[in-house]
Amino acid sequence: MAAKGKDPTPLQDPLAQPESTAALLRELVSHLRQNRTQLREEWARRITRAQLLTAMTEEEIFAEATSVYDNYVEALETGTFEALQAYARNLSERIIPRGVETHEVVGIVLLLRDVLARSLFGKYHEDFDKLNRILDAYEPAANRIANTVAVGFVQERERIIRQQQEAIRELSTPVLQVRERLLILPIIGVIDPQRARQLTEQLLRAIRTNRAKVVVIDITGVAAMDSNVANHLVQTVEASRLLGATVIVTGLSPEIAQTLVTIGVDLSEMATVGDLQGGIEEAERLLGYKVVPLEEPAQKA
Amino acid sequence: MEVPILKQGHYLIASIQSALTDADLSQLREALIERVGKFRARGVIVDVTALDVMDSFAVRTLRDIAHMARLRGAETVIVGIQPEVAFAMVQLGLTLKGVSTALDLEEGLLFLDQQAKLRVERGSGRIDRG
Repeated sequence: MAAKGKDPTPLQDPLAQPESTAALLRELVSHLRQNRTQLREEWARRITRAQLLTAMTEEEIFAEATSVYDNYVEALETGTFEALQAYARNLSERIIPRGVETHEVVGIVLLLRDVLARSLFGKYHEDFDKLNRILDAYEPAANRIANTVAVGFVQERERIIRQQQEAIRELSTPVLQVRERLLILPIIGVIDPQRARQLTEQLLRAIRTNRAKVVVIDITGVAAMDSNVANHLVQTVEASRLLGATVIVTGLSPEIAQTLVTIGVDLSEMATVGDLQGGIEEAERLLGYKVVPLEEPAQKA
Repeated sequence: MEVPILKQGHYLIASIQSALTDADLSQLREALIERVGKFRARGVIVDVTALDVMDSFAVRTLRDIAHMARLRGAETVIVGIQPEVAFAMVQLGLTLKGVSTALDLEEGLLFLDQQAKLRVERGSGRIDRG
């Protein structure tokens, strides 16, 4: 029975079962493949018009657009998203250092979704029923694709941020060897529990690698210390001793000295010296060094 | 699993090769104490380089060994505590307070030699740490 105002296409068998979702998707995928060139160009135009991906050149946009388009259509075809996920992460790894932002990636994927949807309207506008069925098949898959790509991008960003944070943490607490068997650890800034832990691990590894017998931890650059951090410091000293190294803490400000006394930190195991210079001199003494001035060149007035 | 104990001059060296059960640890303690007396050892080195973890019983046993050895005239050094193990120990509050430690076997032997020299100097009524 013909729908109102519609001519049944001669090829359609009125008694046929409505197509399965799989069949609809196949039809849709084939349409997207056939019109690949013009749809991709339409998409690239809309990307430029929306002023997205400004960090990339037109050639780059076109190249990536091609990959995204093909991966998009393939995800629609196979119904599996692992390949798309891997591609999304790979793409993110490449474009994040270029300064591409999250809203741009989400934006272009949604634009593609729209371009393809419009194209489906165009093709099936005469068969409203069929259009609905095609959209029923298309929409969940398209949404899943947009989701997969956006999440992939965000996850990659988070991974890079974590990596950078780790690098900054390592750089900010360098363990320096100033003499044979003597290490210095100058701490500057705020120590939170995470940094304290990372600091301790770094120091212990350095003690083993450099076979240090004395470590001078200088906290001149640490403004304030609460009981947690103070305990971390004591633990660091104890752990260092277990590796056979003596720790000298230098640069305690009056405020920090007050804090340590007030919270009752056990200072019997911790040697302290006022300043870094004094600490190094004490360390050298412990190691059996003696610093003597070189002979003055004879100077007759 | 018996821990091999070597004699080097006046020192005993116990080298732990793998994780030990509580029974193994107790047996090690007994064996060391016995040998300290038998060989009139002046020093004991326990090498824990191979251990990835040390629980409270292990730490207590090492403390016991050090105390008992001292009662019988020998100085003990624990060597080879790994960074991860040291970190875990201090976090759990397992201390080896009062027990000497050194980085490795070489440092441990040096330490014992120094201690021995100190004793000789003290004995001769002269303390000179140069």
